[in-house]
Amino acid sequence: MVQFSQENLLKVDKIIARYPEGRQKSALIPLLHLAQEQYGWLSVETMDYVASLLSIDPIEVYEVASFYSMYNLKPIGKYMFEVCQTGPCMINGSDDIIEYIGEKLNIKPGETTADGLFTLKTVECLGACGYAPMMQMGKFYKEHLTKEKVDAIIEECRAKAN
Amino acid sequence: MGRKLLLEKAHVEGIRYFDTYRREGGYRSVEKALKTMGPDDVTEEVKKSGLRGRGGAGFPTGMKWSFLAKPEGVPRHLVVNADESEPGTFKDRYLMEFIPHLLIEGVIVASYALGSNTSYIYIRGEYAWIVDILEQAIQEAHNNGFLGKNILGSGFDCDIHVQRGAGAYICGEETALIESLEGKRGNPRIKPPFPAVKGAWDRPTVVNNVESIAAVVPIINEGGEEYAKIGVGKSTGTKLISACGNINKPGVYEIDMTISVEEFIYSDEWCGGIAKGKRLKACIPGGSSVPILPANLLLKTAKGEQRMMNYESLADGGFQTGTMMGSGGFIVFDEDQCVVKHTYTLARFYRHESCGQCSPCREGTGWMEKLLLRLDKGQGKMSDIDLLWDIQSRIEGNTICPLGDAAAWPVAAAIRHFRDEFEWHITNAAEAQV
Ligand SMILES: NC(=O)C1=CN([C@@H]2O[C@H](COP(=O)(O)OP(=O)(O)OC[C@H]3O[C@@H](n4cnc5c(N)ncnc54)[C@H](O)[C@@H]3O)[C@@H](O)[C@H]2O)C=CC1
Ligand SMILES: Cc1cc2nc3c(=O)[nH]c(=O)nc-3n(C[C@H](O)[C@H](O)[C@H](O)COP(=O)(O)O)c2cc1C
Ligand code: SF4
Ligand code: FES
Repeated sequence: MVQFSQENLLKVDKIIARYPEGRQKSALIPLLHLAQEQYGWLSVETMDYVASLLSIDPIEVYEVASFYSMYNLKPIGKYMFEVCQTGPCMINGSDDIIEYIGEKLNIKPGETTADGLFTLKTVECLGACGYAPMMQMGKFYKEHLTKEKVDAIIEECRAKAN
Repeated sequence: MGRKLLLEKAHVEGIRYFDTYRREGGYRSVEKALKTMGPDDVTEEVKKSGLRGRGGAGFPTGMKWSFLAKPEGVPRHLVVNADESEPGTFKDRYLMEFIPHLLIEGVIVASYALGSNTSYIYIRGEYAWIVDILEQAIQEAHNNGFLGKNILGSGFDCDIHVQRGAGAYICGEETALIESLEGKRGNPRIKPPFPAVKGAWDRPTVVNNVESIAAVVPIINEGGEEYAKIGVGKSTGTKLISACGNINKPGVYEIDMTISVEEFIYSDEWCGGIAKGKRLKACIPGGSSVPILPANLLLKTAKGEQRMMNYESLADGGFQTGTMMGSGGFIVFDEDQCVVKHTYTLARFYRHESCGQCSPCREGTGWMEKLLLRLDKGQGKMSDIDLLWDIQSRIEGNTICPLGDAAAWPVAAAIRHFRDEFEWHITNAAEAQV
């Protein structure tokens, strides 16, 4: 059964209190972030649960969850590499980085490795154009990427997962 | 060396924390405003400063504030736009990451001027670690009596909440941002009514860019008239420029709008010249939505005058031979870069980010992406160039929000200035196939 952790439940009340009375739907985007942090992705059950917390219709949640690119509507790998492919990153070699990661992990953008460890995704400009090429990994950015840096990041993830 | 008003202290050790920031003169503008000025006096100073919105549209900030509707008994809100998603733009991130208290200080003063007791900072979802930095700064400001109830005994109450987006460029458009803040999809609303009349939860709302709000701090500290002395003409004060692409020193720079584009690109104080000793080919000086210019038109206007880094000079010549200051996202291309490929990546970006409400934008961006991909791969026909031109011309002005225009302009400018390169892609590919 889907259920927020005790810690997250406390956060829910605080988040709802940020908005005017009766406008608790405004808390939807933050609550979906919270749910995704807890479960890694948003299942229909999770979305229904969030709908019930906010007393809104489930469809209102599905609509929003499918609009925003950061919500994962299916499970992803333990580590997701979101590599920027927009102009400024492209002219600094993002295509090569995407290809390199793909070859190294033997997956295409949008796919997850068989061991469930890595997902590769291409994304559009993340506001790090001066530090290109770059990718987002969880909460943080990895910038000025080179093949060596990618190797090191993958090694580090593998070591942590073991 | 130009004057710095925003980033001067950004690299003082520990400036991210309240104590250091305060010791360096921080929060003086809050004391000055709340203790010695009325809310309308603050707005008046901002008007005098000539500050123009730093989010890209350049609308005078003081004027926007004075348009805020003030019906009795209806709460008003300030919402800071920290959605920063325009390709080439990363200045707001820099400001929030290195000197977060400057933004918080500006929010308090602006909230006082506007009568906003609850203000929001809407930040793009990917800047997740910056949310922590801002929340810590807010907490510190609370602990030191600059936020919460009865700030500095003035009777003014103010709280600030940080709201994370979740990945959608369109949520930087102010009415889409408001929809998102209300927990909905980011579909822009038709304007008017402007948010200043009917915004978040139908309440009067001012939406301002991060940099605009930060600029309120030096404006109040030094006075609007002093601020207006910096810069030239209607380009007053300082402007943050995020520079990227094929340059030696990518980064965020604060300029006072009196330097030339040439100086900005080649001086060691700023971009440090083109990387790897290459030649400058073209530049998009104001974020991906503004027209690209070839080197000759970038450095000198069609009249042969030096082009300067300010609103008027960048726009000189209109869209025929000029461009725009936009968001200050300065993207430089060297001689090896392909305009067709670059334009394709932008078309893909806008197709991906269209909210889909208006058919010219939804369908047009898709068509442009397909055609540009075909051209880039060398599979295009000569007639594709005219078709592309035709499609972009049908989008502009026919949509709810300017994302449609923003998608059309770069394509138009690329064809206008680099048609030979498009043709080259077609003829060369045709020859290669024989
Ligand atoms: N910083 C970034 O990442 C990005 C910036 N942009 C910029 O956004 C710009 C377009 O923004 P818009 O908000 O659509 O432009 P706009 O010209 O409609 O509005 C500019 C501001 O002035 C206010 N305003 C205008 N007339 C008003 C009136 N009569 N009463 C009250 N308020 C009024 C608006 O509410 C808004 O806050 C583009 O020029 C582009 O450069 C676009 C994409 C991303
Ligand atoms: C598609 C689109 C995206 C936008 N993105 C941003 C943004 O990320 N940040 C921003 O400050 N303004 C953005 N704007 C402009 C806002 O609508 C609005 O003009 C601005 O936040 C007002 O603040 P200012 O007057 O301080 O510039 C965008 C506009 C459009 C049409
Ligand atoms: S122009 Fe595009 S992004 Fe803007 S409202 Fe219309 S479809 Fe949506
Ligand atoms: S283009 Fe990649 S971060 Fe902006």
